[in-house]
Amino acid sequence: MRKLHLPLLAALVLAGCGGTQPSAAISGIPSTTEAVKQAPARIVSISTVATEILFAIGAGDQMVAVDSLSTFPAEAPVTDLSGFEPNIEAILGFQPDLVVLSYDPGDVMAGLEAAGVDSLLQGASMTIADTYVQILALGEITGRTAEAEALVDAMQAEIAELAASVVEPDEPLSYYHELDDTLYTVTSSTFIGEVYSLAGLVNAADPADAEGTSWGYPQLSAEYLLDADPDIIFLADTKCCGQTAATIAERPGWETLTAVSTGRIVELDDDVASRWGPRIVDFLRAIVAAVNSVD
Amino acid sequence: MTSSGTGAGVAGDWQTGSTGFGRSRLGGRWLFAGIASVLVAAVVGVATGPVSIPIWQVIVELADRLPIIDVDSSLSPADRAIVWDLRAPRVVLGLLVGALLAGSGAAYQGVFRNPLADPYLLGIAAGAGLGATIAIVARLRDAVGFMDPVPLAAFVGALLAVAAAGTLSSRRGSTGSSTTLILAGVAVANFFTAIQTFIQQQNSETLQQVFAWILGRLSTAGWGEVRLLTPYAVICIVGLLLSVGSLDVLAVGEEEATTLGLRPRTIRRLVLLAASLGAAAAVAVSGLIGFVGLVVPHAVRMVAGTSHRRVMPLSLLFGASFLALADVVARTVRAPAELPIGVITAFIGAPFFLLILRRQATS
Repeated sequence: MRKLHLPLLAALVLAGCGGTQPSAAISGIPSTTEAVKQAPARIVSISTVATEILFAIGAGDQMVAVDSLSTFPAEAPVTDLSGFEPNIEAILGFQPDLVVLSYDPGDVMAGLEAAGVDSLLQGASMTIADTYVQILALGEITGRTAEAEALVDAMQAEIAELAASVVEPDEPLSYYHELDDTLYTVTSSTFIGEVYSLAGLVNAADPADAEGTSWGYPQLSAEYLLDADPDIIFLADTKCCGQTAATIAERPGWETLTAVSTGRIVELDDDVASRWGPRIVDFLRAIVAAVNSVD
Repeated sequence: MTSSGTGAGVAGDWQTGSTGFGRSRLGGRWLFAGIASVLVAAVVGVATGPVSIPIWQVIVELADRLPIIDVDSSLSPADRAIVWDLRAPRVVLGLLVGALLAGSGAAYQGVFRNPLADPYLLGIAAGAGLGATIAIVARLRDAVGFMDPVPLAAFVGALLAVAAAGTLSSRRGSTGSSTTLILAGVAVANFFTAIQTFIQQQNSETLQQVFAWILGRLSTAGWGEVRLLTPYAVICIVGLLLSVGSLDVLAVGEEEATTLGLRPRTIRRLVLLAASLGAAAAVAVSGLIGFVGLVVPHAVRMVAGTSHRRVMPLSLLFGASFLALADVVARTVRAPAELPIGVITAFIGAPFFLLILRRQATS
């Protein structure tokens, strides 16, 4: 019977990885209502993105534990905590005064509230603007409003600068962004797609989820991809699935792709290309570099 | 519907050595329909897809691949690759996997005389899942450069699960009843699944890849997978076709079979070995595809009788065409997006099955 549940589980996992939760899940209001609150000093983050944001706004010293996948920045206090199946007891073991999560599969937040611990759920961003909202919310809750505002300003400035540096080709270039080696991809309706749009790129996979029923994360048909023949291929599955320019060139029929024959394949860091945190800027930088290197 | 497979008739079959098909026009017709369905599925499979390519060009392109024949289909290199490197292997793989799942399902149902038996009964799914998970988590793909070790690991895991179920059940009493084997299979499956889940949770960074494997890889398969599967498919299919006489005798009863000089236990093990080999190989290259192994043999039995001489070849043929056509739906219904094929097999298979069931009940 187990196999019958797998598609559902997979959908949940994809939701966790790719970030298909609506931004409405952002609820910035802590569950306790004391008038004056101390800034939290024992934060547990089981959200990779929140971890990156918290360190970027200088709240790293206030953190006691992060989940097993929060491997950036290097000084993050990585533990065995799971972001996919949060264990309330394990989280409470760190005696947190604030828990930040990106995904609440069950009653994690309710459980934390019952234990008297504040929690903040920040789901996957659908837009870069969502990310700014999340940064500011984390700044406010950790007492680092100024740093959060400075981070947002810096990101906006860098993104504007990078977007302005794009050498516009005569015809817009098309791209394919690969999430795994079974051709799961993104459309331009995701925050990932938004980053590509900033560099003037057109998404070759948009027709695969025209109605948005896949939340912008469809599994693309291989033959459609060969036919669409995108100008640049971005691999966001170099870590998860060990894909490289060499491995995709060996896939059946892919030698006919222009991007393969011209070497326009960009091997991205999976994390940089999937986390909606401060490193969106690095993601855009890699894209712009690829676009500007096209003759 | 005519059902010719009463117990006595089946035993008579075996004794006189007459074939299931030669004896009845109805059977011959179904065999013809089975072969025709495979051909139709193959043609539809290579001719249909998100990218529209005129069918005559597809045929010319395929003809060009035959030895001696040299014709120009005037297709672009990309379209050529679509026909030959993507669609053709996908169709062949769909046919093979469908045949193996349905054939093993028929064999399992025959051996256990249990209508709910399916190819995953003895832990093949759990074993394959564990094998694939270990290979993915251990990052064997990076270690083994020249081939994808995941299908191999899945295959080994599947066979280990069946072997474990067989060994564990055979130590319990000398009767070797099929109930014991089923229970051992269920226990092994749960045990393997527990280990798989544990390993998976310890390595959540590879979760996505594990699920992608489980959901099936038909959509990205090529000739490599076909080459991987073919030897096992041949062994399994030949083994299953050779076993039909013995299965018919077993269907009458173990005592009767013993009286006729057969050794039920040995037959059962050999048939299960062939069926498990095929199902394990199918799962290894295609992920877990449910419903085919359960439904196709039943559908065949309802329309063409219960003799394994018919059920087995027809299950192989209709299983093949069913899965190949389901895959056509998987790649076209939301084109250019893919749907997991397991969704299609259940979505088409279940109502179709209920329809036959109702017709059967009213006639």
